[in-house]
Amino acid sequence: MKRAFNVFRHNPRDAANPPRVVTYTLEETPGMTLFIALTRIRETLDPSLSFDFVCRAGICGSCAMVINGRPGLACRTLTAQLPNEISLFPLPGFELIADLSVNTGKWMRGMSERLQAWLQLREQPDVDALEARMEPAMADAIYELDRCIECGCCVAGCGTAQMRPDFVGAVGMNKIARFRLDPRDARTDAEFFDLVGDDTGIFGCMSLLGCHDVCPKELPLQTQIAYLRRSMARQGLLG
Amino acid sequence: MQRGDREVVINGQRVTLTEKDAAHGLITARDFGGTRKWRTCYTSDGTGHAMLYTVSDQVIGEAIPVHERMEALALIHDGQQCHGAVVRDLISGELSAYLARATVVATGGYGRIWGISTNALINEGMGAALALETGVARLGNMEAVQFHPTAIVPAGILVTEGCRGDGGLLLDKDGHRFMPDYEPEKKELASRDVVSRRMAEHMRAGKGVPSAYGEHLWLDISNLGAAHIDKNLREVKDICRYFLGIDPVKDPIPVRPTQHYSMGGVRTDHRGESPWLHGLFSCGEAACWDMHGFNRLGGNSVAETVVAGMLVGEYVADYCYSSHGQVDLSPALARQFVERERASLTALTANAGSESAVALRARMEQIMTDKVGLFRNGADLESAVGELADLLARSKQVGLRANNLDANPELVLAYRLPRMLKVALTVALGALQRTESRGAHFREDHPARNDRDWLNRTLAFWPEGDTLPSLDYESLDVMRMELPPGFRGYGVKNIVEHPASAERQAEVDEVVEAKPDRYSRQSALMPFKHLLPVRYRGRNARLDDASS
Repeated sequence: MKRAFNVFRHNPRDAANPPRVVTYTLEETPGMTLFIALTRIRETLDPSLSFDFVCRAGICGSCAMVINGRPGLACRTLTAQLPNEISLFPLPGFELIADLSVNTGKWMRGMSERLQAWLQLREQPDVDALEARMEPAMADAIYELDRCIECGCCVAGCGTAQMRPDFVGAVGMNKIARFRLDPRDARTDAEFFDLVGDDTGIFGCMSLLGCHDVCPKELPLQTQIAYLRRSMARQGLLG
Repeated sequence: MQRGDREVVINGQRVTLTEKDAAHGLITARDFGGTRKWRTCYTSDGTGHAMLYTVSDQVIGEAIPVHERMEALALIHDGQQCHGAVVRDLISGELSAYLARATVVATGGYGRIWGISTNALINEGMGAALALETGVARLGNMEAVQFHPTAIVPAGILVTEGCRGDGGLLLDKDGHRFMPDYEPEKKELASRDVVSRRMAEHMRAGKGVPSAYGEHLWLDISNLGAAHIDKNLREVKDICRYFLGIDPVKDPIPVRPTQHYSMGGVRTDHRGESPWLHGLFSCGEAACWDMHGFNRLGGNSVAETVVAGMLVGEYVADYCYSSHGQVDLSPALARQFVERERASLTALTANAGSESAVALRARMEQIMTDKVGLFRNGADLESAVGELADLLARSKQVGLRANNLDANPELVLAYRLPRMLKVALTVALGALQRTESRGAHFREDHPARNDRDWLNRTLAFWPEGDTLPSLDYESLDVMRMELPPGFRGYGVKNIVEHPASAERQAEVDEVVEAKPDRYSRQSALMPFKHLLPVRYRGRNARLDDASS
């Protein structure tokens, strides 16, 4: 069976390479994923097609793109589960490198710097001592939020992010939720409020929750955002 | 409180752990294949992920710049000292020189020269190639490469050995269960190496299932039933759903043995520095730091990542502050190297050659799989070396359709291809010369492990202008070993003993007898504290110290 791929093409550094959609046709093979299809297009039809795959196993987050209008990981999308005609576009909201390749890394670094999204320990660990103990249930709860792969799907699926380039997205709020949960982190709610308590953070969210629907890791974004909003509202009102 | 037994998933495997009360709340650990102690720390099914993000977050916290989408094309060096690297911006195509007193290669393994690999796509051996192309730095044990029996086809993602442990069967194209024919006693439960080799052997006998992605076999777990699969093998079911679109409750899973880990890499001393090129360091899977020998135990790759990262990072900092690190970096030398790379890229884009990089790469992958894979023999390896050398010569005639110097995947493949071929040649030649079987290196024509003649480390280097790498061997001193060579109980005992092994074993036994305390025993057998960075010389607190 033949399958048509309508792929966005554009090199923003080349005036002679304007935005356009190019259609490639491939024979479907059993178990074909978008990773296999795009690799085959590059190897047999057009060697210049740019896209990003690194782990091709759904754990690195490099290959997120808009697949028939919905952000998702291309490596674990089977073509057999899509209609005959497949459209592929780069994730919106990120700097375009070329074709389907976008610079999510630059965006994520900027967001992390702004939100100070790293563990800020109460005290420096002693390398010779046993590690500080943590209840396994707490460790599991932290890991549940730590599973984020920073693929950018939640930003691409977010209404606010399309209107406000400085919005931190669900990925940013999830990070705050993760560090807020961690008993080793020294920060108080007043400090978290300074980081996330405005319209570029938790109060910019319109609760459309596209992020929750498209998250490939099925992170509990709806719950985390609601919980963070309530805590930050309390902090803002009562101090 | 959650104490005692708990059901957890580790590496896609569901197991029950019984935690000691005293260990409650510490980083969780377990035993693992081939180990007797609880020494493998893990975080649910994402140990590597948790480590990666912890480090990455702290890097941001320390305001350490990370230059993403930059690729080193060459090391800048004067034959004795590394001065940094020539780096290409993968977005703009711009070339620049990074001048550095210390340069660290931490690029992972070279699994992708096989094409069929569990590794990420970027593990193309470019770090090893950078070191090799200096002509002076050496690579160690490149022929030591591990294969895993059951990765799915085509995605190359591992499914757990638990599938076979629980009673799953391996079937061939006729639906025949073939493992009992080869291993009547252990059948599907023979060791990882044995099952991989038997699968390869059966496919070579024409019993593989043809597919659009090459031959494979079937792993059938349908006999375990829906309830068991849903409860105990959920991850396998998820992998099948996402990457194959099949349900293992009903459908057999296409699998084949797949390249998994590179034990070889940039040869370093214990500080992570190349003994041949000062200022060049390497760590992790990219390095040959002697953590794995010729085979790697489960859990030891993350162990190497975290331990080497910690130690080598400290040694690099110490080096930069020491008198050895006070190097006069040469901008003139850097310019010369940048110009050389620029000329080479320009020539590449202007080349109207008739060769296809895609076709040459596919051929390289096939040669590596067929002739430098699980089973090796002199005749096949000889022909592999010849063919790879031919591909390397042909790679100079690769023509490009897209000749822009900025983001251009075709250009990237064209300049990486000869480097991959050079790495492939060090593997093939190392495997050809090593006329014994050791760990993951299995020679059908030399099945014995020969400690008498081959207890050594292979060193590969590539003198400029040569068409093949040169090999050299570094012998190991048995009389200084903490654990002298012996039979470890894997497979059949087939060893040509080293003359010193028995003598050293007697010495070790004597020390163990005389010194019951682990610390005095360690310092008698293999003292190492004085070699550690100063901040890590303290005695580690241990849970079992209180009880022993």
